[in-house]
Amino acid sequence: MPRRDDIKSVMVIGSGPIVIGQACEFDYSGTQACRVLRDEGIRVVLVNSNPATIMTDPEFSDATYIEPITPEFVERIIAKERPDALLPTLGGQTALNTAIALHKNGVLAKYGVELIGADVDAIERGENRELFKKIVAEIGAESANSVICHSLQDCLDAVEELGYPMVVRPSFTMGGAGSGMAYNEEDLRRIAGAGLQASPTTEILLEESILGWKEYELELMRDHRDNVVVVCSIENLDPMGVHTGDSITVAPALTLTDREFQHMRDVGIEIIRAVGVDTGGCNIQFAINPEDGRLIVIEMNPRVSRSSALASKATGFPIAKIAARLAVGYTLDEIANDITMETPASFEPTLDYIVVKVPRFAFEKFPNADSTLTTTMKSVGEAMAIGRNFTEALQKALRSLEKKDAIFSWPATKSEVDIAELKATMGRPHDGRLSLVQRALWAGVTPAEVFDITKIDPWFLDQICLINEIADEVRSAATLDLDTLRYAKRHGFSDDQIAKLRGLTEAGVRGLRHELGLRPVYKTVDTCAAEFAAKTPYHYSAYDEETEAIPSDREKVIILGSGPNRIGQGIEFDYSCVHAALTLREAGYETIMVNCNPETVSTDYDTSDRLYFEPLTLEDVLEVVHAESGAGKLAGVIVQLGGQTPLGLAQALKDAGVPIVGTSPESIHLAEERGAFGRVLADAGLIAPKHGMAASFPQAQAIAKEVGYPVLVRPSYVLGGRGMEIVYDDAMLADYLERSTEINEAHPVLVDRFLDDAIEIDVDALYDGKELFLAGVMEHIEEAGIHSGDSACALPPITLGASQIDRIRKSTEAIAKGVGVLGLLNVQYALASDVLYVLEANPRASRTVPFVSKATAVHVAKAAARVMMGQSIAELRVLGILPELGDGGTMPDGCAVSVKEAVLPFGRFQGVDTVLGPEMRSTGEVMGLDDTFGVAFAKAQDAASGALPTSGTVFVSLADRDKRAAIFPLRRLSDLGFKILATSGTADVLRRNGVKCEVIRKAFEGTGPAGEPTTVEAIMNGDIQLIINTPYGVGARLDGYEIRTAAVMKGIPSITTVQGLGAVVQGIDSMQHEESTVRSLQEHGADLARLRAGQRDSLLALSTSDSGKDA
Amino acid sequence: MTSREPAILVLEDGRVMRGQRYGAAGVTFGEAVFSTGMSGYQETLTDPSYDRQVVVMTAPHIGNTGVNEEDFESTKIWVAGYVVRDPSRVSSNWRSTGDLAVALERQGIVGISGVDTRALTRHLRERGAMRVGIFSGVAAEAGVEDLLLQVQASPGMAGANLTDEVSTNKPYIVSAVGEKKFTVAAIDLGIKSMTPEMMAARGIEVHVLPAASSVEEILALNPDGVFFSNGPGDPATADAAVATMKAMLDRKMPVFGICFGNQILGRALGLGTYKLRYGHRGLNQPVQDLRTRKVEITAHNHGFAVDAPRTGDFDTPYGKAQVSHICLNDDVVEGLRCLEVPAFSVQYHPEAAAGPHDSAYLFDDFIELMSSPGKVRA
Repeated sequence: MPRRDDIKSVMVIGSGPIVIGQACEFDYSGTQACRVLRDEGIRVVLVNSNPATIMTDPEFSDATYIEPITPEFVERIIAKERPDALLPTLGGQTALNTAIALHKNGVLAKYGVELIGADVDAIERGENRELFKKIVAEIGAESANSVICHSLQDCLDAVEELGYPMVVRPSFTMGGAGSGMAYNEEDLRRIAGAGLQASPTTEILLEESILGWKEYELELMRDHRDNVVVVCSIENLDPMGVHTGDSITVAPALTLTDREFQHMRDVGIEIIRAVGVDTGGCNIQFAINPEDGRLIVIEMNPRVSRSSALASKATGFPIAKIAARLAVGYTLDEIANDITMETPASFEPTLDYIVVKVPRFAFEKFPNADSTLTTTMKSVGEAMAIGRNFTEALQKALRSLEKKDAIFSWPATKSEVDIAELKATMGRPHDGRLSLVQRALWAGVTPAEVFDITKIDPWFLDQICLINEIADEVRSAATLDLDTLRYAKRHGFSDDQIAKLRGLTEAGVRGLRHELGLRPVYKTVDTCAAEFAAKTPYHYSAYDEETEAIPSDREKVIILGSGPNRIGQGIEFDYSCVHAALTLREAGYETIMVNCNPETVSTDYDTSDRLYFEPLTLEDVLEVVHAESGAGKLAGVIVQLGGQTPLGLAQALKDAGVPIVGTSPESIHLAEERGAFGRVLADAGLIAPKHGMAASFPQAQAIAKEVGYPVLVRPSYVLGGRGMEIVYDDAMLADYLERSTEINEAHPVLVDRFLDDAIEIDVDALYDGKELFLAGVMEHIEEAGIHSGDSACALPPITLGASQIDRIRKSTEAIAKGVGVLGLLNVQYALASDVLYVLEANPRASRTVPFVSKATAVHVAKAAARVMMGQSIAELRVLGILPELGDGGTMPDGCAVSVKEAVLPFGRFQGVDTVLGPEMRSTGEVMGLDDTFGVAFAKAQDAASGALPTSGTVFVSLADRDKRAAIFPLRRLSDLGFKILATSGTADVLRRNGVKCEVIRKAFEGTGPAGEPTTVEAIMNGDIQLIINTPYGVGARLDGYEIRTAAVMKGIPSITTVQGLGAVVQGIDSMQHEESTVRSLQEHGADLARLRAGQRDSLLALSTSDSGKDA
Repeated sequence: MTSREPAILVLEDGRVMRGQRYGAAGVTFGEAVFSTGMSGYQETLTDPSYDRQVVVMTAPHIGNTGVNEEDFESTKIWVAGYVVRDPSRVSSNWRSTGDLAVALERQGIVGISGVDTRALTRHLRERGAMRVGIFSGVAAEAGVEDLLLQVQASPGMAGANLTDEVSTNKPYIVSAVGEKKFTVAAIDLGIKSMTPEMMAARGIEVHVLPAASSVEEILALNPDGVFFSNGPGDPATADAAVATMKAMLDRKMPVFGICFGNQILGRALGLGTYKLRYGHRGLNQPVQDLRTRKVEITAHNHGFAVDAPRTGDFDTPYGKAQVSHICLNDDVVEGLRCLEVPAFSVQYHPEAAAGPHDSAYLFDDFIELMSSPGKVRA
């Protein structure tokens, strides 16, 4: 049966902001779905609050709504767009939960919207633990013994049956949020209490511990004719107990016999049938007892998941794309296999390579967080690698992480290794455990002992022994001959690892290797182990005999992606890379993508002409360049779109003779090296905050004295504000330097005057060597000092005047010219006492490029890629890639306001202080778009962390310096009907200013004699709806800490800056007094086009006078 | 532990690949074929259908779970040679009773590891299955040209009658599990042990008979049905089995055939067989039941196929028949059904081992056919 012809329009719901457990894999799946549905001639209506996604680019849907993914907003969009169907299975748990809510509240029935992809009953059966367990029992399979609980008492009652340790799993949460392992009653009370909170149905499951069992996943798909295929099997190297998102995982499963695998497959198929997922995919997790093979079904996701993205990239079988086709009526045999084009999708991919995925964590950003890996996901990203064997794939994956410690290394002697220490620490699953295992095995701990401690399968342990043996062989070989080198390369050793073992340089090893003619070949991911010819050039490197990557004679561009997601470098960079691929393909280049992040759109083989799934290291990139240089002209490599990862390779690539397009590595260095950049600014007459560079405490102290406290300190060359802090005195400065171990002459620390009370302004611009296109000017809500990635901002800037924007334009142009930018430039300014300071300039794509693109309806990333390839801004205006006149600095009067808000992962890391600072800690962002700032801001809050309260009680505790500025907004809050509770000092000031408020007890004062609650108690009782708590100095940070932590636990908005307070009050005010709208980006674009046309005369006049000035 | 002694693989068209000895040292010849299954090497190695074939495994890691007592599909390893990329150095599985490398060596199976199995697979895909030799130990010391001549002098698969090599000498019985409901005579053309197990599990007492059994010997068992097994070799040479098949069809005896048995039924119906360029060997093949349009994921191991019209009924000496199943990858005939006599067969492996269990229903169909032989499966 071909596709259903009764479905003319489909609503797709995205997954919202990137958070831990729900990342850009859903941009990949959603983008695929939108593409497929539009190919089918179906009108696509998309809702997603995340502007950094490719899927929310207006060309991917017919109507794109960047609105909060809440039942209320989605209902309004449904009422407006009247789609025939809703496809909720491609946007993660967020989309699924929203769809269920819309079904339950009758909205779908009211508007005649059919749920496709999965029906509500099937979702219920898959996600409701009680129902699911019943299904597992009915088909004759086993679940872990467990008890469903709806209260803490239920949990305590269950202890007798299950015993400790036990697993706590809340229902209907994503990424295992709120789950954990309880070893005793205290654990149980803590984890189960939070879990009951986190579950939308106040339901948790307590389960017998199957800690240490082997863990597997299957990805299945089923069509409405009951054809079922198992797309991929995944084996977790880390046994049960660690969330699969935090585990090192391997595809295909490697330690099962066929009997065991087929049993698992049979159970999987029975489950997808019994649950009733009949047009789409699902993921099922299993545990197997290594002692006797007992198979237990853990859980299922009746939707596309993170694992589906991994499975798609691992096999070449595009699960989301096929799920979308199945949802509109096709059967698997009616869909062609994308890769072979000749065979159907109703088959099971078979792999002749090994895929390894390794998680990337960000514990360094959350020093107070518990780094033990549990059933709650904590990683922020992942890298995947493909090799012809496990060792090759594993070592490639580890170097893809771009974390030095993750790469296996070998001390000079085995006696240096503290075996007792390793044995003691490797039992605890944590980031870096595998290195301990490797080190221990190398030092002589037996695989049997390591197995006893870690329960990692002996087969994997032997593979690590093999790597260790090869390392010893490399080190002890008389000469580094071809056989030894080939042996090491075949098992994934990098030139750098070999160099370290031999006391050589990486370049030396590479030179020798090339002399010996030893280079990797490139194999193809083809779904079928070469049984059929592959039509899609999706390649990975291996040290093997025959290469399959045959370069074409077309002119080509290589785009380097951004590697694993991490805080500070995520989807926003992938966004720019994808746009470069799309637009340069249109411009006639052959586009070649190199990246190692399986979650992304850039690693979809549909995005570029050719895809190399490779680590982004110098060695791996140089080999790709070599492979592609066999034929056709290489126009160059694009390094400025993928963030710091490719940027860090720029100079070395250029030195190796690789053409870099866009801003040259020397110019990049000019912007990043403080001294040189200072001269650029001085030449242009621009001001930077006073600063200096120090390699020791006395030096730093001298600079601080000269520029005056407070000062901002940070290591040079960082992204995401890593290690950046504001310090107020010598003692704090000394403490900072003590903690920053790597400070020396080669790695100095920057000391900047910190500008108090400055407005921070973020600018994205394009420069073609002659002309500047000011893409966007964003005014931050929070003051300078809060990392721009964690700060909310508005575009157009809400308080800046035309003359200020003009100064920003001229300054940006001077920097672009001075640095020698060709392409994108991001500049951060601070405006203090009407003086414009330049904080920093980055000649590369910034995190804000996608937001700016959407807010201004201009394809900034596409234009940037074109500029890098030599097209001028004037040409791009003619081509329609840029608007005919004007830019982001001339946003027309009457245009809607866009607000970007950051989303922070504090809910995942309990105990971590939520105060914002110069170190970036947000994982994602949302956007609110509406007529006025207040409404747009309120929408952004709603999308980021839940709606702002419109009534109730506010708790206020302010730093002295903030009290003055807070009086007016608090007064307004009181007028708006809020009851205000304040700490005594704050209350005094408020009363003196005529703001009604009550004093509440501080935590240390304890509960009052008449039972008066402390602030923390009031929060935990649910008596407070909004918290305003601005910290001062170091001490108060601790005072407020408990309050802010309680707020995180209860999910109450907690404002930590006075500027944030102002914005929140505006938002609440707007919610009470203004109507919000829902408008598509397409409508927004049309509005802007109309308004821009109205500006035409004035802009023409402006550009004439400008060019007159230049002449 | 894996060896690092050199070994050489030489294809009859002159392509040479070097690697390390795996299994026994020595020389072996056979038809080079590739298998794309990611699991079940033990079942594959012991499947008699691989007699005289050198099997190239596309899955890179082989031997990870060792060998155990339960997963043998016959009493010995049948492959003529084994080509793998990364053999395991340890065996990790709770059922494991030994290492695969040891089992190979003990049974004198000459193999090679460390070769670019994907390159070899692509070569076989493009050029077709062909003769190959593997040389290790002293045999590998000869010049490549000499080795090539040896390969070119070895026998090919077309025209090979291997049934006698693989068939049982003596009849044996696999008892029904639980209550016995039927008696089936299974003609052993290279049967895998899972096949009688699948029947036994359904209440069938299976009498596995030598391929050379006479019609009288078969009928003397008074069977409710006759089963023709899988097996190696060129079906064009299997005249004896075809004659036995015809005798059964003449008597309207319920008949079920698998793999080689499918080709025997095809020939009995007057259809031709032909050699596929590189065959179907793997566990992921999409087969469509043309009646229900449903797709089964199936285990395949066949280098020959039946030539029959894909659509509509066709006439045979036993009345009308039809193609029941096709492989969606390449439209190869995967099943036959007689409409006027109680006989059907499939080219693939519903007994799996190794492979998915999607097609186990065919054994139920056989039961149904035996329950009401008058009612043919139209």
